[in-house]
Amino acid sequence: MTDAGYVIAAYAVIVGGLALYTFVLWRRLRAARGRDDEAR
Amino acid sequence: MKTRILGFVALTAVAAMTGIGLFVVPADLNQGDAQRIMYPHVASAWLAYLSFGVTAISGILWLWKRDLRFDAVALAGAEIGVMFTAFAIWGGMMWGRPIWGVFWQWEDPRLTTTALLLALYVGYLLLRQLTDDPERRATRAAIVGVVAAVDIPIVHFSVEWWRGLHQTATIGSPDRVLNPAAPMVFVGTLLGMLGAFTLAWGYLMIRRYQLARAEVQREEAARLDRLMSARTAEPAR
Repeated sequence: MTDAGYVIAAYAVIVGGLALYTFVLWRRLRAARGRDDEAR
Repeated sequence: MKTRILGFVALTAVAAMTGIGLFVVPADLNQGDAQRIMYPHVASAWLAYLSFGVTAISGILWLWKRDLRFDAVALAGAEIGVMFTAFAIWGGMMWGRPIWGVFWQWEDPRLTTTALLLALYVGYLLLRQLTDDPERRATRAAIVGVVAAVDIPIVHFSVEWWRGLHQTATIGSPDRVLNPAAPMVFVGTLLGMLGAFTLAWGYLMIRRYQLARAEVQREEAARLDRLMSARTAEPAR
């Protein structure tokens, strides 16, 4: 693999992982708040 | 609303710094394009330290004040710290292969102690799954979180204390901030990436804390429900 390949792999996993974690967290929080509203 | 604005600013800052790190800053004379990996790699490592530091301090505050909000902060720090440690390791591996010729070397103290840090806090998260009792869970987790934090200075100073593949810190002390062992264009980009990642870290910490609080409240409600059901099911005396 070329240097550019390693750079793309590094940024894709780090920035992509950050975006994925944010999205999953947002969904989990929305689900938890939805359950709370149902319980009320 | 303020958290949403923080999220939007963080997203914009991370996107901008990613673009600058990839396309604007020149390649390093010796390392070429591979050096671009340093920006998210170093920022991730610093935020991992910060996250686990928050977990340790929140653990101490829980043991002292017995307020479950501190446990929620500790959990947020541990989970987000594990993520940033994994990012730092991944970035380091992607940089190490073209520059050192290897992805990983177990003999290197920085690499090995960082892997240990990751394992310790993955263990912290697993330990939290062992009991449903919020107070017992918080106490056990706080003890592990504080003990595991001993590894943070060991990771940081490992490059000074022992010899290995990993280079010493570029900005390791106050005098090196003004006179870093790298051109200012690289240091400025590194600090910019650190700022952007810190904004994202702040946003994620708030959201993960809110989720932890919602989960604890749900657990409490379920526990009360179980207690009430058990009482009504008891035969009348």
